Amino acid sequence: MTVAGRHDPFGIHGIIVLLTGLGCAFCLIRDYYTPEPGADRLSSYYDEPIKAGILLALIWALIGMFFGDWVAWLLAYPQMTFDADWSSFGRMRPIHTTGVIFGFGGNALIATSFHVMQRTCRTRLADQLTPWFVLVGYNLFCIIAVTGYLMGVTQSKEYAEPEWYADIWLVVVWVAYFALYLRTLARRREPHIYVANWYYLAFILVVAMLHIVNNLALPASLARAKSYSLFSGVQDAMVQWWYGHNAVAFFLTAGFLGMLYYYLPKRAGRPIYSYRMSIVGFWGITFFYVWVGSHHLHYTALPQWVQTLGMTFSVMLLIPSWIAAANALLTLNGAWHKVREDATLRFMMVAAVFYGLSTFEGSFLAIRPVNSLSHYTDWTIAHVHAGTLGWNSMIIFGAIYYLVPQLWKRPHMHSPALVEFHFWSAIAGTFIYVFAMWNSGITQGLMWRAYNQSGTLAYSFLDSVMAMHPYYIARAFGGLLFLIGTMVGVYNVWRTIQAAPAHLTQTEQPALPGSPQAAPLVGS
Amino acid sequence: MFGTHYKLERYSIGLVVAIIVVASIGGLIEIAPLFTIHETVEKAPHMRVYTPLELAGRNIYIREGCYACHSQMIRTLSDEVERYGPYSLAVESQYDHPMLWGSKRTGPDLSRVGGKYSDKWHSEHLNNPRSVVPQSIMPAYAFLKRTELRTVDLSMDLAALKRLGVPYTDAMIKNASDDAKGQTDPDGSWADGVRARYGEATNVRAFDGDPGTVTEMDALVAYLQVLGHLTDVAHASEPGVSK
Ligand code: HEC
Repeated sequence: MTVAGRHDPFGIHGIIVLLTGLGCAFCLIRDYYTPEPGADRLSSYYDEPIKAGILLALIWALIGMFFGDWVAWLLAYPQMTFDADWSSFGRMRPIHTTGVIFGFGGNALIATSFHVMQRTCRTRLADQLTPWFVLVGYNLFCIIAVTGYLMGVTQSKEYAEPEWYADIWLVVVWVAYFALYLRTLARRREPHIYVANWYYLAFILVVAMLHIVNNLALPASLARAKSYSLFSGVQDAMVQWWYGHNAVAFFLTAGFLGMLYYYLPKRAGRPIYSYRMSIVGFWGITFFYVWVGSHHLHYTALPQWVQTLGMTFSVMLLIPSWIAAANALLTLNGAWHKVREDATLRFMMVAAVFYGLSTFEGSFLAIRPVNSLSHYTDWTIAHVHAGTLGWNSMIIFGAIYYLVPQLWKRPHMHSPALVEFHFWSAIAGTFIYVFAMWNSGITQGLMWRAYNQSGTLAYSFLDSVMAMHPYYIARAFGGLLFLIGTMVGVYNVWRTIQAAPAHLTQTEQPALPGSPQAAPLVGS
Repeated sequence: MFGTHYKLERYSIGLVVAIIVVASIGGLIEIAPLFTIHETVEKAPHMRVYTPLELAGRNIYIREGCYACHSQMIRTLSDEVERYGPYSLAVESQYDHPMLWGSKRTGPDLSRVGGKYSDKWHSEHLNNPRSVVPQSIMPAYAFLKRTELRTVDLSMDLAALKRLGVPYTDAMIKNASDDAKGQTDPDGSWADGVRARYGEATNVRAFDGDPGTVTEMDALVAYLQVLGHLTDVAHASEPGVSK
């Protein structure tokens, strides 16, 4: 890669891959000379990759949110950047989306899935090497993606921007991940596979399917980063939004419901409210979601029947979504006093509430006439951030605050007060952000379609741009609050780890049976 | 039903197969017919393809993420038709690998921006949007004018697109690099070749105001100026729009 792509960003990516490869080879060779571990290793959980995954998720959170807030300020003050190609809005925005969705969300999903699959199967990960391969390989993909954007390497497909070679690499990593999951499930000491695992499985499988189909492309040359999508025009649009909306469905929903279904009952100390609701919610979400992508293309050149199907299924989707959210909230019955006292559990509770709210908003926005107003405006941005800040980030932080003391063997987080602080700044940031974007989105939509008495358009496009200014400042401020909360959280995690007695983290690993994990997760 | 599930969830492969089946149905039903139903894409017999220079411009548009702020899809709503022109037809993006319909209008729709402004306006606007539109929040792309366009690879790009079904001829592929230069230099020796291969109506101009070197600014402006002009079928028939 390095040699072939001398004249292309492809070459720089070759260097990055080469260095990563050398780094891994070094680690492997070093490990080769350490003494063979005893057989007792097999009777304990393998938590090191989980720890690494959590730390990587936090690093990506900082990167992704930092770039997000930067580009948010750029929309208010477009000069706040450098006279350089890499620092314009269009190149930095995908760093934000990839950084938070795939970097932060993805690493959190991988780390928590490693944790949940071991605990709910009461077995150790199937082998030593694959978890590291998955983790390192996945992060290599993320690094190639974001460095590519800075150099202008992108396919322009939203949330699938990385070029063909990064996509192929991700497939390799993903197959290893899937195999690891199945092999660990095969070793389980529980006859039944717990709900959280269904969701993680759906996440892994369907994301693979979406990723492969949407990224089918022909490289212009094997020595260049550039490729051309196999599909064009209307078919490409449909494939893209089939992918785009199901990235929301299976990356940002299914995987995260897996998290919710494990960590919320655990933290609350209550079994899941209803087994039947879990089943209906799961299959409903898996079936309905796949149809709804076309609601991104209302009133476009996409045939109307596809638009109508998309709208219909989007509305029906509300039922399984609310069943899943209700199942989570009803689980808290009898534990509400804990929600009041424990910020970690409160993170999870708020996540479930925002999940319910944003799925409602999603179904609403998918209705054609509503969409005629909201589409192309900031309302979509408000909706997405209610989901990602209010739901995805909150459940990740809840899970992290639950996991860090447990994995690093501390009685609690370094500072519970800072967890409280993080909670409130995250909530405040989310509200400011979402309200600002609701206002700007609806204002924009109304201004674009406003006619004056003589029957001509009342506002120029520029009028609507100027009207956005105060909202863009408020949004950037809300985002900043959220980012500050994250920074405090990272500091707190770091102090907690620092304080951990070193010998404990090195040698002792939690024993398998008899641990509190054995407590029942499933109610009647 | 719940009893069956109670059994199913004991088998990981069973779950895997069930998930794949359940999750495939929707996509298959919605996507597969788009490739087979012929009415999906209208006919436009005289539609031309992008010239190498315009294609390079399009790739710059993709590279810079212009699609993050600009749509290229006018919906069938009366205010949009009034603001931007006839609503977009599927056929207009039939050669677009990938499509750039976009999802967000931080800036206005661009699908019919070709010919709306002069080359000079675009060049100044891209160089510093606030010099022509003081309230603009669009980023400045001053480096485009400073950067020479890499034209040597363009044959590969055309060849790849041809394999995907875009009707480029062998002559177009062979002369791609020269045509890119020719399109920016109306008095030069390559200009006639461009007109011969892509039609008399092709814009052959020094888009960035300087006929000497071919810059990225030339390419991007050439692309912007052809938007909405590859075919005129959208203007020809205009059935009613919904309100
Ligand atoms: C941050 C969002 C943003 C990005 C990224 C962006 N633009 Fe814009 N663009 C705008 C806004 C806002 C306007 C309206 C104000 C103005 O005319 O400058 C605009 C206006 C335009 C116009 C004039 C349209 C008309 O009908 O008046 C053109 C042409 C244009 N942009 C091209 C581009 C190109 C090419 C790129 C990529 C190199 C790009 N824009 C990137 C926000 C953006």
